[in-house]
Amino acid sequence: MGVKLKALLKSPWVFHLSTGSCNNCDIEILDCLTPRFDIERFGMLLAGSIKHADVLLVTGSGNRKSMERVKRLYEQVPKPCLVVAIGECSLSRGMFIHSYNCPVPVDKVIPVDVYIPGCPPKPEAIIAGVVKLIGKVGGK
Amino acid sequence: MIYIVYLIFYGFLVTAIIGLLASWIDRKVTARVQYRVGPPILQPLIDIIKLSGKETLIPRGVSKITFLAAPLVGLSGVILVSTLLWVNNINQSNSFMGDLIVAIYLLAIPSISIIMGGFASGNPLASLGASREMKLILSYELPFVLAVFVPVIRSGFAIKLGQILTFQAENGVIVGSWSGALALIVVILCMQAKLALVPFDMPEAETEIMGGTLIEYSGSGLAVYRLMKNMLLFTLPFFVIILFMGGLRLDGMHLLYGILRYVGLVALITVIRNTNPRVRIDQAVRFFWGPVTVIAIIAVVLAFRGL
Repeated sequence: MGVKLKALLKSPWVFHLSTGSCNNCDIEILDCLTPRFDIERFGMLLAGSIKHADVLLVTGSGNRKSMERVKRLYEQVPKPCLVVAIGECSLSRGMFIHSYNCPVPVDKVIPVDVYIPGCPPKPEAIIAGVVKLIGKVGGK
Repeated sequence: MIYIVYLIFYGFLVTAIIGLLASWIDRKVTARVQYRVGPPILQPLIDIIKLSGKETLIPRGVSKITFLAAPLVGLSGVILVSTLLWVNNINQSNSFMGDLIVAIYLLAIPSISIIMGGFASGNPLASLGASREMKLILSYELPFVLAVFVPVIRSGFAIKLGQILTFQAENGVIVGSWSGALALIVVILCMQAKLALVPFDMPEAETEIMGGTLIEYSGSGLAVYRLMKNMLLFTLPFFVIILFMGGLRLDGMHLLYGILRYVGLVALITVIRNTNPRVRIDQAVRFFWGPVTVIAIIAVVLAFRGL
């Protein structure tokens, strides 16, 4: 494992991207930054701009309008980058699976590294998922 | 030859190491104020290594040279000014006429590089941030220069950093007088604006313009900007310590006092940043041109009266 990869895993800056979710998953993501969970312990920061991000947290079912933007944003993340799909909607479109407006799930459009199920997932589950991702990329 | 050693060793390495540590202190104190645990000690260094290993994206239709050179201009400005300060701090007879003015000019270069980078990125939000940064410079430079005038007056119109330091070694520190104390308050407020920290972080307000001037920077450009900001977190308090508190002495007990002064200033900056909300740009301009300038003028008048 090179120095660059090691440094990437020690300071993953996250960018959260809602593709039409009900905002519940977004609130749970923001919970991870609060004193009780404090993901800055692991060097994670919430990036304001997509160009600063290393990890893309995607929530929501991904409708026709937002999927084009998701693809464009994925192309703008400086590589190497990782994608985490959070919540039932971004995994399998959840209750919107038969909707006319949600033709494909998120992972048909961009490559997803980790899926975190739940509606919404607890902050503990999000942190556990990201830790598993770090372990997987680090080769443990 | 010796100046190259100063430039590389003191100007870059020592300043960068202390600046990264100071940035960690800043983040850790912020975390403790918010009742969190905070990042590990090497975190600022890891961030910079990570950023320099990432892809550097250049937006379509921008001037490539300006976009990539802007961070380097800022970084070289900080390195030069910290070299100048270290040279004067270590050997006080080794200064030239008017190096205080050179230091003030060089301290403006990081902000100018941020403006350059912001306008070069061709993003509306970055341009907004750059124009805010420009207004911020216009607002804080006047009280800053007035406050820096106080040590000059008190040390008998010496426009040399070395002469101000020798004056303080003989007659006691400048902050010990009324005019010096008032000027120090003004300089600390201006320092907050120069570092673009809350309450004066409008140029890169993350909640409204998403990183502002740095929005289009990624990879090594962002790494250089972060390094520049971390080094500025050492250089500006160091400038204040030299002008008002008798400089950092590197022998025996004085080293401990020096470290205490520096850490105290950084902790003060951090506490100000954590206990205040962001102000609007017009409020900032009014604040700096109103009360702060008045305090600075009072300090200058008191210094002329010898108080």
